[in-house]
Amino acid sequence: MSALLEIEDLAVSFGRTGAVRGTSFTVERGETLSVVGESGCGKSVTALAVMNLLARGARRTARAMRFQGEDLMSLSDSGMARLRGNDMAMIFQEPMTSLNPAYTVGSQMTEVLRRHKGTPQRLAIDRAADLLARVGITAPGLRLGQFPHQLSGGLRQRVMIAMALMCEPKLLIADEPTTALDVTVQAQILRLLAQLQRDLGLGMLLITHDLGIVARVAHKVAVMYAGKVVENAATAELFASPRHPYTQGLLRCVPVPGKIKRDEPLGSIPGTVPRVGPDFEGCAFRERCSFADATCTQDIPRHQAGTTHDFLCRLPS
Amino acid sequence: MLQFIVRRVIVALLVAATVMTLAFILTRLSGDLAVSIAGPNATQEDIELVRKAYGLDRPVTTQFFDWAGRAITGDLGESYFFKTRVSSLIAERMPITITLGLTGLIIALLVSLPLGILAAVRENTAFDRVVQMVALLGQAMPSFWLGLILMITFGLQLGWLPISGTGSWQHYVMPGIVLAFSAIPALTRLTRAGMIQAMGSDYIRTARAKGLSRASILLKHALRNAAIPVVAIAAVQLGFMLGGSIVIEQVFALHGVGFLAWESIGKNDFPVVQAVVLVLAVIYVALTMLADLMNAVLDPRLR
Repeated sequence: MSALLEIEDLAVSFGRTGAVRGTSFTVERGETLSVVGESGCGKSVTALAVMNLLARGARRTARAMRFQGEDLMSLSDSGMARLRGNDMAMIFQEPMTSLNPAYTVGSQMTEVLRRHKGTPQRLAIDRAADLLARVGITAPGLRLGQFPHQLSGGLRQRVMIAMALMCEPKLLIADEPTTALDVTVQAQILRLLAQLQRDLGLGMLLITHDLGIVARVAHKVAVMYAGKVVENAATAELFASPRHPYTQGLLRCVPVPGKIKRDEPLGSIPGTVPRVGPDFEGCAFRERCSFADATCTQDIPRHQAGTTHDFLCRLPS
Repeated sequence: MLQFIVRRVIVALLVAATVMTLAFILTRLSGDLAVSIAGPNATQEDIELVRKAYGLDRPVTTQFFDWAGRAITGDLGESYFFKTRVSSLIAERMPITITLGLTGLIIALLVSLPLGILAAVRENTAFDRVVQMVALLGQAMPSFWLGLILMITFGLQLGWLPISGTGSWQHYVMPGIVLAFSAIPALTRLTRAGMIQAMGSDYIRTARAKGLSRASILLKHALRNAAIPVVAIAAVQLGFMLGGSIVIEQVFALHGVGFLAWESIGKNDFPVVQAVVLVLAVIYVALTMLADLMNAVLDPRLR
């Protein structure tokens, strides 16, 4: 059986900027793949490219992009619209603005079920209420009749999650779902996502820059830098033996209780992610890398560090 | 919601009272009414006679409260020229003006909503630029001139439409188009701007992520939010059309309220002028209030 989502060599460019430059990964059924990296490294663009929700002016190419064996690249707009919200659903970083202010929670939740399954409104409302209860919202009947501005950010994100689950999707793409929420709510939403993923056997593509989240919910991790996946590994392995200098740098930035000594400065990576063209040669991290030398401007080989672990660096270490 | 409505009604009443006062003051500011009514050849005695007969010799405040008190009960006095009740005069002319205004508004909305939506969907294409250009030209075109051009073309040369009078619905087509033309540029640009803003918003991205149809995304999710400012301006434009039809009613010889105002100004029939100003202003205030209420229906955050 083919994987849930297979992506080979996905590239997205906006004019002369290569936002994603050859990204490959697979998400199996019931598995959480986390895509991590700094702001501007192409994580969200990758997610939007999978959903075909890129802004106008974006150019998307890929050697292959398959969802349940179906080729997404050759799928028509209407074919893609039939998948979206149905078999693959997405939740976003901005819970405050992602719901339409003019319609009630109930109306926004039920329309997706009516659209894809033709479910009558009466039954759709029941399902919406069930899902709201499931994502931990009390008094779901009351909430269904409310408008988004009457709900807090955490509640709105729960509504978004419940709405994404209306049609029992196989794949849930979560683009930094907790970034805009305060810390206590973040933990609740994450627990909820992890639990739903297990209970419903969802495949999940979790975009985040928070390695703490990754460690808790992801089965495997793809580390992105300037539009390329620089390291792929199972979560435990990545945290135990990161191979790419960028991954190592990212991990040093995370405070681990007990491991970090008091007064010792936390690690940081100097500089920011560069904007590179679609045909940029060599390693984009070289400017910020302490191991860089002249060969980093050439084509970089991908090394295997195990059956499920690979990384993109001239150093075989 | 009830609280909102009560609040809006109170504000509207206050505005109406202010307008009433202004309508009264403005007619007095135009000069000595007794002199104008009596005419150019009147002697001083004639003028004094007129002053007495029309009660213009009383203190201004007494005149105002007398007039205002009656106006509130619907008694707008008697026309000096037509020798009939002003209220029945206006009631008789009002349907023509309202028919014309509504025709204009409907034509304006039928043109500007689709144009604005299409221009927004095709932002920065040739189509968008042509629409914006036409909107600009429309805004710059004087309505009496457009009225005359239409009359010459469709009335005289092609003979498709009657050029004056109010006998049938065809009589309203050309004046309606001319009135609509004044509102189309603003409404089109507002629709376009609102749609562009809405289409770039996060909730439209959500709607697309839900796999909704293009029609539902555009008309249900985006237009509902883009329509909020459009409704407000459409109501104001209808107010302009009702009040501003003075020129168009002249050009097409429609005997509506605008025409009545024009006649009465010429004849110094100031009870009529005062009443027309008041009635149009009250309609205007009512329309603005209606727009606010409609906005509250469209945007739950306003309730």
